[in-house]
Amino acid sequence: MENPFGSKPATSNMMNHSEAAEVFTEDIDRTTWHDKTLWFVREKRDKAVFQIPEWEALREAGSRIKHNALSNLDEYLLEFEQNAIKNGVKIHWAADGHEHNEIVLQILRETGATQMVKSKSMLTEECHLNDFLIEKGVDVVDTDLGERVVQLAGEPPSHIVMPCIHKKKEEIGALFHEHLGTEKGASDPKYLAEAARQHLREKFLTRRAALTGVNFAIAETGGFVVCTNEGNADMGAHLADVHIASMGIEKIIPKAQHLGVFLRLLARSATGQPITTYSSHFHRPRQGQTMHIIIVDNGRTTQLGRPDFRNSLKCIRCGACMNTCPVYRRSGGHSYHNAVAGPIGSILAPNLDMRKNADLPFASTLCGSCSNVCPVKIDIHDQLYKWRQVLVAEGYVDSTKKQGMKLMASVLSSPKLFRFSGKAGRTMMRLLPYSVSNPLNPWFKQREMPEPPKESFREWYVNRETKK
Amino acid sequence: MNSRERILSAVKQNKPEFQPLPETTRFQSDYPDLVAKFSEILRFIGGTPVLVANYEEAETYIRQTYSDLPSVVSKVPALSHLATTDWDVVDPHQLETVDLAIIQGVFGVAENSAIWVPEERGGHRVLPFICQHLVLLLNTADLVPNMHDAYERLNISESGFGAFIAGPSKTADIEQALVIGAHGARSLSVVLLQNS
Repeated sequence: MENPFGSKPATSNMMNHSEAAEVFTEDIDRTTWHDKTLWFVREKRDKAVFQIPEWEALREAGSRIKHNALSNLDEYLLEFEQNAIKNGVKIHWAADGHEHNEIVLQILRETGATQMVKSKSMLTEECHLNDFLIEKGVDVVDTDLGERVVQLAGEPPSHIVMPCIHKKKEEIGALFHEHLGTEKGASDPKYLAEAARQHLREKFLTRRAALTGVNFAIAETGGFVVCTNEGNADMGAHLADVHIASMGIEKIIPKAQHLGVFLRLLARSATGQPITTYSSHFHRPRQGQTMHIIIVDNGRTTQLGRPDFRNSLKCIRCGACMNTCPVYRRSGGHSYHNAVAGPIGSILAPNLDMRKNADLPFASTLCGSCSNVCPVKIDIHDQLYKWRQVLVAEGYVDSTKKQGMKLMASVLSSPKLFRFSGKAGRTMMRLLPYSVSNPLNPWFKQREMPEPPKESFREWYVNRETKK
Repeated sequence: MNSRERILSAVKQNKPEFQPLPETTRFQSDYPDLVAKFSEILRFIGGTPVLVANYEEAETYIRQTYSDLPSVVSKVPALSHLATTDWDVVDPHQLETVDLAIIQGVFGVAENSAIWVPEERGGHRVLPFICQHLVLLLNTADLVPNMHDAYERLNISESGFGAFIAGPSKTADIEQALVIGAHGARSLSVVLLQNS
């Protein structure tokens, strides 16, 4: 198979985005269903947003608060740390994913816990915490329904808000039959969700350690906010002896009043809800409990130092850019081979590993829909475009693509050559349609080639002038 | 240098030029009737609003609606006699059998029907989440238009823990089909007390 991104590490058999997307789109019905399901979420977002007349001003405020936070991040981190310590919370700092995982393990060992419940945290996906802990003999249970589904399936989440959106209810029914003992063939979402409730309730009641993510960390108070609809973060944290909260350095917001802006933006952008069911504000451990916050860098300070790409750190993980993206909707989250998929994942991933993720900024039509729905106004499609320049300049894009671009540049820069090529192309398509409509032409895959016009616009224009 | 120092110095070195906070971070919502807006949104997200004149009417509603539930915790002083047993437990795990919890919210937000419930109101942090069904009481005078007004009114670090609760727990993780009753309460009634 042709590989336009000859940049895979030699040790990995990982498929690049276009290869993985090809596998995903083999099932046409599933692709259409996936596409429609996500578009439905985008439409719900629109309905919610149109009810807020000041929406654009709210986005602007969100974007500028985040800009301020990034421009003063070291001071805010110190302020946050100081206040959290005053609140009786233990603060840890992790330079990378491995250090984060070691800290979690250390806390669990100090507690004597060998089992842990976990609510949604994309950061722990990024750090591959589950694999690490399981290898060390710790039993980790993901408690968000969608995350539990993909965990049972041995897969990573395919969407940051709806982790198992790529799965049909029949597949989830089969998984639950195998692992939770539900009736064979049962696929009613209500029945399956009830089974998960019973199964996970037992875990909440017996686990002594709970890990949650962090949606917002407030410098002014040293507290943090976790948003869920299911209530799993609260069930885990309030019943456990130890609560660990993992956060990237970019989760900081300066003041409590800024939560007003972000909580209005987040759920409306994510699912079209006016707010998540639970917006939980943690400040101090409950009596007899210990609370830890792990502040993680893992490449974020590097991204902060890239003027073209630092805006990506404003992201509040709503997933709106994925739901609207024509490429994400038709290729599925797993084709992005990164903890965070879709447009935002494609501008975050190259920072982590340019070689491994060189294909992702090309998995876009640059239509700009992602930037238009982003609640904090990240210039996502501009950054996708800019990453392409960087990746080519750094030599991470293979020569086929480069040669093609060079050829196109020379054709486009010479009017004579351009006219000749256009004419030749149109004649070829008319006389020998099979010359383009064949499997050797990558553009023919999953596409009908257009009928070639008889004349170009220029020819039509010139003829029209002479006829006058 | 340890990780803390390394991260902080890298941030300091790489951060963009200082950008001041925006002047406007608070917006006004003009809802002519806060109770009507709150009730409309609550219904939309799967909760049940009930407008009553006083605690007697609240009690009547709760008795009628939840008569089949054997274990009831009431943290509302005026309705303490609705509790079926003395629930002053030390270990929150003991609350797993609670069918119904009755808690007084501090204030509500009309734009999203969220209600602020700090830990003091429930006794245990986990109570509003672990109970099968939840009733929150709220004075209609304690409604604010939007989340900006909410944070204007709230000191979030006053309580060790507090949550905005909007509707019953839910999930749409299976094919985007909405299922009410994920891990938290399976239902939520908000009893809105007028004239109080």
